Amino acid sequence: MAVMMYWEAIRRAHDEEMTRDPLVICMGEDIGVAGGTYKATQGLYDKYGPERVIDTPISENSYTGLGIGASFLGVRPIIEIMSVNFAWLATDQIFNSAAKVRYMSGGQLTAPVVIRSPGGTAHQLGAQHSARMEKVFMGVAGLRVVTPSSPKQAYGMLKSAVRCDDPVFIYEHELMYNMKGEVPDAEYFHPLEGSEVTRSGKDVTLFGYNISVHWCMQAAEQLAKNGIDCEVIDLYTLSPLDRAGIQKSVSKTHRAVVVEEAEAAVGVGSEVMAIINEECFFDLDAAPVRVSAVNVPIPYNHRLEKATIPNAKSVMAAVRKLLGK
Amino acid sequence: MARADSFADGNSITPPPRQFGQARRVAHFEIKYLQYLNHLGEVAEELPEFAQERGQLLALYRAMVLTRTFDKKAIALQRTGKLGTYASSLGQEAAAVGVGAAMAKQDVLLPAYREYGAQFLRGVSMTEILLYWGGDERGMNYGAQAEDFPICVPIATHAPHAVGVAYAMKLRGQARVAVCALGDGATSKGDFYEAVNIAGAWQLPLVFIVNNNQWAISVSRAAQTRAETLAQKAIAAGIPGEQVDGNDVIAVRERVAQALDTARHGGGPRLIEALTYRMGDHTTADDASRYRPGDEVEQQRQYDPIARLHKYLARCGEWSQQQDDALYAECEAKVDAAVKDYLATPAVAPESMFDYLYEKLPVALRTQRESLSSQGESGNG
Repeated sequence: MAVMMYWEAIRRAHDEEMTRDPLVICMGEDIGVAGGTYKATQGLYDKYGPERVIDTPISENSYTGLGIGASFLGVRPIIEIMSVNFAWLATDQIFNSAAKVRYMSGGQLTAPVVIRSPGGTAHQLGAQHSARMEKVFMGVAGLRVVTPSSPKQAYGMLKSAVRCDDPVFIYEHELMYNMKGEVPDAEYFHPLEGSEVTRSGKDVTLFGYNISVHWCMQAAEQLAKNGIDCEVIDLYTLSPLDRAGIQKSVSKTHRAVVVEEAEAAVGVGSEVMAIINEECFFDLDAAPVRVSAVNVPIPYNHRLEKATIPNAKSVMAAVRKLLGK
Repeated sequence: MARADSFADGNSITPPPRQFGQARRVAHFEIKYLQYLNHLGEVAEELPEFAQERGQLLALYRAMVLTRTFDKKAIALQRTGKLGTYASSLGQEAAAVGVGAAMAKQDVLLPAYREYGAQFLRGVSMTEILLYWGGDERGMNYGAQAEDFPICVPIATHAPHAVGVAYAMKLRGQARVAVCALGDGATSKGDFYEAVNIAGAWQLPLVFIVNNNQWAISVSRAAQTRAETLAQKAIAAGIPGEQVDGNDVIAVRERVAQALDTARHGGGPRLIEALTYRMGDHTTADDASRYRPGDEVEQQRQYDPIARLHKYLARCGEWSQQQDDALYAECEAKVDAAVKDYLATPAVAPESMFDYLYEKLPVALRTQRESLSSQGESGNG
């Protein structure tokens, strides 16, 4: 297994899929000549040419719609929206067209598009460039939403998403592109449904996804030194959420902490807690807890920015409180 | 790295160096307006070649009469509770039929919601359209024209799709053209401007038809934009824009055919503004008398597209009243048969709402499907 960075893994998936199928294309702002803001398409412009690696005008709604339109005619577009903050502009096309067209055309048309976009708080990007929009996307029927927490997932999910006949939204993270990890040398397809037990434990389940999986893992390692045995579940599929996986783990540990970088309101944590209520309420030894961001626009100021979002320490504090330790 | 090979056709449009304060004329333009038959059915311009053939003109006439007969029936069905909200195409038959007649089978039509005349000519059935407005998504699964798009009710959201379809055609090296029909109201939307912009930049095989029926629900054409014509909106994007008399089916067909020919042979996109008039309400859920002066509608009757061609055919001595009566009777019979099919179509099972949602239904939704199936139509509570 080769060790590579998150962005390299995404780039490799693009490259393999574009080599295999001449109808796989990629498009977005500055992804061609410049190779992408996060390098995810580096070198592809020279290799596949301007017809398949397209620098679009700054019209998020329109080029997303363009990709959807092209997908109706057999093209398999991988659309990069440079920042999820700009995806607000494309939500009409994603929600009203991509997610609904199969249903509304009685199955005649499908929109097999992949939309990749990074979000999250990075280093002082300010309130308008620090959105965490996954909660918005996960509520839309007809759309699959996945979010990779490692280079291996980033590679395998993009490969699977390109081959999937449904529209897939891949939520990446701006701080994770340089993360290193092992990626299988052979082709690998990561599932677009389900969740993963990243660490097995018996005392409490920590649910994370994308960057918060890492906060959960760091917290679990520290807590293990104090004799607290955490299970960590990576909810890499946000839509549809893995009800069975959530139920199985909580029924075992009887306690749950959901960790998300976004604000708590109407979020991943709310949804996971609702599932716990519905599926395993009587297995609980304590009320489930959310560890989330403060409900404010992300401050520009560095200290304030850090203060709004959780980290491994806030996870540890929540676990200790939950266990009364 | 050289940028001349970008997907935009590489002809960079860099202005020459200038001195401060120096003015330069850019994008000087004129909008052509084409009309072959005036509203009295008289030849205003020498007829194009196809219109010299009686058979071709009769086919256009028949298609318009069928569309109007269908329209009348659809409104009657809605009024008697047998159809949902319906958008009438009354008075706009020529603008749709001309498009449908000009297109080749392999082209792709992306309609808004008043282009029945074009859709019928392309093989979409009247039963399918009725099913759709009757609240059945199966109506948008066209049996005979599988790559044409469903009716687009949101405004202009299909304009970016059309750009994508045209891009796909170009990428695949196909001699096909995408045709995107929009209303005047759609040209106020960002989707439209963005789509026109990209289509121009990439020189795609795409024809925009703007059916300017003068009203965006209750907002008049004058209140929508200060632009003198809607056609000129294309000019800023580097695309030719022109106007046709949208009630002259000959003009619509001819100009659309020209635009298709240009686009098919790599000549890039075009925008055609068809000037027409919405004789009816916006939809059956609307009452235009609340905002539109009645004498304006009366004034417009003289420009009717069907009456105009009828006058011309009659004047040429090629169409008798008996033939006309027979045609109307024939159209009524066709529409009645479609209505019968529509009303006899078995209802969908409630759980079918999950069937076209995903390629393969996610596990998490299977339970919902099963529970709906066991509850039947009593609701999901």
